[in-house]
Amino acid sequence: MKYSYYPGCTLRTKAKDLDDYARASAKALGFELEEIEDWQCCGGVYPLGTDEIATKLSCVRALNAAKEKEQELVTVCSACHHVMKRVNDDMKNVEDICTRANNYMELDEPYKGETNVLHFLEVLRDKVGFDELKKKVVNPLTGKKIGAYYGCLLLRPGKVLNFDNPENPKIMEDFIRAIGAEPVIYPYRNECCGGYISLKEKEMAENMCDKITESAEGFGADMLITACPLCMYNLNKSSRREIPVVYFTEILAEALGVKEVQA
Amino acid sequence: MSAKKKQAELIEEISGVNPLKCMKCGKCSASCPSYNEMDIKPHQFVSYVINEDVESLVNSASLWKCLSCFACVERCPRDVKPGKLIDAARQMVVRQKEQTYLSPDEIPELLDPELPQQLLVSAFRRYRR
Repeated sequence: MKYSYYPGCTLRTKAKDLDDYARASAKALGFELEEIEDWQCCGGVYPLGTDEIATKLSCVRALNAAKEKEQELVTVCSACHHVMKRVNDDMKNVEDICTRANNYMELDEPYKGETNVLHFLEVLRDKVGFDELKKKVVNPLTGKKIGAYYGCLLLRPGKVLNFDNPENPKIMEDFIRAIGAEPVIYPYRNECCGGYISLKEKEMAENMCDKITESAEGFGADMLITACPLCMYNLNKSSRREIPVVYFTEILAEALGVKEVQA
Repeated sequence: MSAKKKQAELIEEISGVNPLKCMKCGKCSASCPSYNEMDIKPHQFVSYVINEDVESLVNSASLWKCLSCFACVERCPRDVKPGKLIDAARQMVVRQKEQTYLSPDEIPELLDPELPQQLLVSAFRRYRR
């Protein structure tokens, strides 16, 4: 199976691990991530104004490139996934945005939200299947107690992202089980880490992340996993943090026995 | 049409929010991780629009404390979307000339070696045009 792949700005730079381990794991699981040519940054946050068009075009270009290849579009970064899915929803369901975006694009055939957008975790759940993943694990992470940190971008708004139950998600816990570890459910797993606020209101973000890491540690987690480079950065700034935070693709690659190949 | 009414209509247009749908249950404020930092609270935003007092709204510190985490939007039983209203107020500020919450000159001192590119592009998109 071949997918169009949109890595995004940070996976090429500060979050290279997230990208490298995703590619290595995909290979081990038998699917191919074909990077979209000349992709542009999604902008990191979804432009909320109903009159925002130009700020959505980078996503429309990527979505249309996948459509032309008749492939589904895969993202790994939580933010790219979020922005891409919401822009796609606009192109599919908001006539005004669709018309105006297409007027800019001047494509041979207008783009109307045809591409299916998948987060890498959704590929594991819906395409590979967690049972199949389990069979391919060579280094089960037996005995590891892992807390899934969802944050906000993967889940909300639930109706548009259609990723999992936004209040009581289980996809990452099922993933943790599939690689042989034990998931730890803790109350702050879908609270926001502070996101972009950490650029200027550093203390605010730190307080939020303190609550998240304390909550996870209090419930017995000895590691947190995330799909978002910004969550990773913010959580690592939490002064009271003791547990390590790693990308979900890193422990996936470890379980599949392909971590060393990359490192 | 009065200038005040025009402002209120503009914020409704940018956000796509109908403030009259709100039934003041307070779930948005109860869900907001930035609640303690805000001067105008999420459930109060609609009242400022209904009362055509957009000026107070655009001068509120809350604009720069909202995380766009969408907890308020997810949990609103009336689908009012307070987070979109706050963003529209923020846009009304940053779309004006010289009105921005983030200047490129500030960036060097805000950087550190681990800071992801994602943080910079996100902040630029929310804080300036």
